Amino acid sequence: MAIIEAKGLAYAYPGRTNHSIKDLSITIERGEFVILTGPSGCGKTTLCRCFNGLIPHFYDGKLEGDLTVAGLNVPEHSISELASRVGLVFQNPENQLFALSVEKDVAFGLENLGMPREEIRKRVDWALKMTGIEDLRDRAPHELSGGQQQRVAIACVLAMQPDVMVLDEPTSFLDPLGAQRIFEVINELNKKLGITVILVEHRLDLASKYADHVIIMDKGEIILDGEPRKIFDSEEARLIGVGVPKVTRLYQFLKERGVLLGRVPVASEEASHLLREVLVRDRG
Amino acid sequence: MIEVKDLHFTYPNGVEALRGVSLAISDGEFVAIMGQNGAGKTTLVKHFNGLLKPNKGEALVDGVSTKRVSVAQLARKVGFVFQNPDHQLFCETVEEEISFALRNFGFKETTIKRRVTWALNLLGLTQYRKTSPFMLSGGERKRVALASVLAWNPEVVILDEPTIGQDYQQKETLRQFIVQLNAQGKTVVVVTHDVEFVAECGPRVVLMLQGRILAEGKAEEVLTNLSLVAQASIVPPQITQTFLGLADLGLPTNVINVHDASRILLNLLEVTP
Repeated sequence: MAIIEAKGLAYAYPGRTNHSIKDLSITIERGEFVILTGPSGCGKTTLCRCFNGLIPHFYDGKLEGDLTVAGLNVPEHSISELASRVGLVFQNPENQLFALSVEKDVAFGLENLGMPREEIRKRVDWALKMTGIEDLRDRAPHELSGGQQQRVAIACVLAMQPDVMVLDEPTSFLDPLGAQRIFEVINELNKKLGITVILVEHRLDLASKYADHVIIMDKGEIILDGEPRKIFDSEEARLIGVGVPKVTRLYQFLKERGVLLGRVPVASEEASHLLREVLVRDRG
Repeated sequence: MIEVKDLHFTYPNGVEALRGVSLAISDGEFVAIMGQNGAGKTTLVKHFNGLLKPNKGEALVDGVSTKRVSVAQLARKVGFVFQNPDHQLFCETVEEEISFALRNFGFKETTIKRRVTWALNLLGLTQYRKTSPFMLSGGERKRVALASVLAWNPEVVILDEPTIGQDYQQKETLRQFIVQLNAQGKTVVVVTHDVEFVAECGPRVVLMLQGRILAEGKAEEVLTNLSLVAQASIVPPQITQTFLGLADLGLPTNVINVHDASRILLNLLEVTP
């Protein structure tokens, strides 16, 4: 069942004549893990802002076409209605956290919904547990490391129990191990709770193995939309300059020279496995 | 070229950022400084051009202590490109931005004009000569910051997290550019935690952990040492992980990039590359 459906979507920021997204149509199924990527300025962030209604309600301007998210027609519903269905996590967690303790930050959105105290407590406990930061409950967010802060930001969004979580380059300021942990947390939320994940990302080496749907945008339009392996191996992806996983590059290099692996790898474990098959066959 | 000996530095708020760092960088070297967030990487390189002065130990540029030379004098030799270009840019046009330091260094107007044109051209910014830096995208602003440093032709170029916020194509352009700068004899120091970027460049790698140097060596030695990279909060390159999974077949365990990986595999499979 589709959780997000866009048809002929187009938008220009107020005062701009050129459209940041144009005639864009996509379907995202409930429970999918989607990677959204493309060159800087391709319209990824603009599209994400449509998903939770920041466009058109906060940024103004006219949103043309149809957009339905979790059963709600976006132009007809307020940001606060959409916020409980669609959570947004930004690149820099510092822009999102402001309370004096982690617990208060995570509770903030729920308090705004006027939820009973006992229910808030339950939800906060659960969100902290799911993101693995129960021990940080009483700490001040601004004293935490970047990776910990980003987990707090995810917990804030998770506490609202959204149907969809949109994460806009959530790991660009993190060291690789911190980034990997964030992707693992996101993957758990997707697989265990069935939350639909839309991850905007340039660094595909770490995240690709979790995805079951890849969307590539360029100049405000969707260029490629479908199964990750097919897309990463496509000529179009190479031409747009998408940083496909290094093992996918290796696959392509070998293929050009007549060595064909069983399928297109996106992660190191499967690349090892596929190479092993070829090497063992060669020796046998 | 740059040498630090038993460097200690504590910020006024009491954070002990460096706890005894010794490192020598030779003329013409290409060094990547990597490690966890907060490991002291930026603090260390800020000692290379005198922006910070050690509390204990010493920092030498060309054999002279940074305490005995002004930051302005050091800047002629050691150019610093900040992580966030907005900390660096402030003029109304890109042209003025690039001219600013040149004028401060007392270059003649004709030289300034020539240098600015050269730097704009080098970084593909010619069409933005009269544009405000703040009208440009993040990636373009980063290139303006780099152009303004290269314009005065320093011997050493330090880049703090140059790949953050850059898409793949911009990163690729930047990589080729840095490699080229280094090939032309410039000493290049990059602070980064972008493992794949480092794996494709292949510089000498210095790993930092909690204000100290954890390890240093060739990229293919350091990035393939699992216990070291884990301590430094780094994930080994994808190609390295792939090859480590094939070690029992006798494949080398020090491969870090696609180019070397395919060469080795084609050789094993006896396919002419």
